Amino acid sequence: MDKKGLSVMQPVLVAKKLSKKYGKVVALDSADLELYPGEVLGVIGDNGAGKSTLIKVLCGAVIPDSGEILLDGKNVTFTSPIEARKLGIETVYQNLALSPALSITDNMFLGREIRQKGFMGSFLKFLDKKAMADEARKRLSDLGLLTIQNINQLVETLSGGQRQGVAVARATSFGTKVVIMDEPTAALGVKESRRVLELIGEVRSRGIPIILISHNMPHVFEVADRIHIHRLGTRLCVIDPKKHEMSDAVAYMTGAKQPPQN
Amino acid sequence: MNKVSDDISKDLKDQPKFTTDIGEKDQDHHSFDLGEQTTLKKIQHFLHGNPTIVPVIILILSVIAFGFIAGGKFFSAFNLSLIVQQVTIVGILAAAQTLIILTAGIDLSVAAMMVLASVFMGKLSVEMGVPTLPAIAVGFISGIATGAFNGLLVTRLRLPPFIVTLGTWNIFFALVIFFTGSQSIRSSDIEVNAPLLHFWGERINLGGFVFTYGAFLMIGIFVFLWFLLNKTAWGRHVYAIGDDKEAAELSGIRTDRMLVSIYAVAGLVVAIGAWVSIGRVGSVSPTSFYEGNLDSITAVVIGGTSLFGGRGTIIGSLFGALIVGVFSSGLSIAGLDVLWQRFALGCLIIVAVGIDQWIRKVSA
Repeated sequence: MDKKGLSVMQPVLVAKKLSKKYGKVVALDSADLELYPGEVLGVIGDNGAGKSTLIKVLCGAVIPDSGEILLDGKNVTFTSPIEARKLGIETVYQNLALSPALSITDNMFLGREIRQKGFMGSFLKFLDKKAMADEARKRLSDLGLLTIQNINQLVETLSGGQRQGVAVARATSFGTKVVIMDEPTAALGVKESRRVLELIGEVRSRGIPIILISHNMPHVFEVADRIHIHRLGTRLCVIDPKKHEMSDAVAYMTGAKQPPQN
Repeated sequence: MNKVSDDISKDLKDQPKFTTDIGEKDQDHHSFDLGEQTTLKKIQHFLHGNPTIVPVIILILSVIAFGFIAGGKFFSAFNLSLIVQQVTIVGILAAAQTLIILTAGIDLSVAAMMVLASVFMGKLSVEMGVPTLPAIAVGFISGIATGAFNGLLVTRLRLPPFIVTLGTWNIFFALVIFFTGSQSIRSSDIEVNAPLLHFWGERINLGGFVFTYGAFLMIGIFVFLWFLLNKTAWGRHVYAIGDDKEAAELSGIRTDRMLVSIYAVAGLVVAIGAWVSIGRVGSVSPTSFYEGNLDSITAVVIGGTSLFGGRGTIIGSLFGALIVGVFSSGLSIAGLDVLWQRFALGCLIIVAVGIDQWIRKVSA
């Protein structure tokens, strides 16, 4: 995605001058962020740079002291992750927020179950298990996750990468506008990490933009279209991974080198 | 700095490409794991997927064992139906207890709640001249209210269910003593003034097997709760909360509201138990079912439901209650002292929890 294209397109998600203080500690100091349609935006920053606070504000877990968030150009406010989700901002948490003792289908539809039609559903509130299983299977195969044989398998029997896949499938299934992924490869081995990176590409190709927070530089540089570097509570710069080296990014992040002026 | 970045680039280059370097087959970690299992591991996996199997096996084995030890007397239609009659009340309490334990909670107050509800039913209809059905309705409301009270304390004050229900157990018990003045309501008075209260104690004879209506109601409650837990979103949410409350919350479940409703439903089940208990015992005694709290927990635990929440089946608790009934009956027919019944029950609880812990390790 070249610069010219970006300036024409309207961003899906914009954060303007977000600030958040915890007592005397300034976690966010008038931070900005833009996410454009169909892109993967990597967010990196040193420990304590405030990137996790930024993400928590965007997913609704933390309420900012000031600043505004625009989704599709409209000003939005939310006070919990559930409200953010209703607006179309889905988060894949580092711990995935899955219930291990429930099945893949149950997890994908947790809190958004499909009921049977007619009397059985409206009065007896019976679930339409078949419709949910079919839908879950479709979602997973859309994301190329057909290695999972049984859709009613319990989540705890899945490998780490497969669990990540279920969480991503859930996050991209319900009219989602933005997916935030927090350290998706942190707990995974090499093979599984590769699978998750492919998954991120898969989601992007379906037009859903992703904010990817990660400590893993090679992973960020591999999948991100743009990289937002966070430093001292605010956005330091946004770089193009194709034009910058990883070592440059680390240098900007730590303050060892001045960022490019753009 | 540059050296680090070179290392990183090298690492990146060395990482295998998932689809090309690694064959299709290796991608399937789950089936790969299954290939190297020992028999013991397979059993562990099987039990993990079918937790109700354990109580079923224990029930069958104990019936066979007591058949040998206690002889034909144990297998008589009279004795077998007596066992079912005896476990009716503990069974209903265990059904309510299962709901709570599935949420990773525990309810020490169920029996006190039940006695309180039965006191309302008896007091109003026998001594205060209220028609029986409204009196029963008040008992039901008492059950729902006391259950919801527990739920509110657990969710609003964020206190552990163990402590909340330890407190309310004493409070409810004190209320029972307050309302009754430690006086029982006699069976003969109930028979005259409110015979409907004895309804579930009525017996029918099916080819030598004598069942109370209450026993059928108990089965009905279990079937109803099974549907609720397995076929409705409410039921799925019970499991999700017990499994990982935070994950459930992030999935959009209003966990606090759910918990209050779960405690209230348990309270309603307990109140139904109160009506059945009047039929079973005949009178309303403020000091009855003092051990009902712990007996219900015993039945649930033996029935394979995990005290850590999220795992277990409602039907397992029915088997758990029956196992307790079979043990008590078999051991007493075999002529063993009551102390050995308790001893055996204690061993059974420890074995059941041990098996649960072992099964839970399956994914670790």
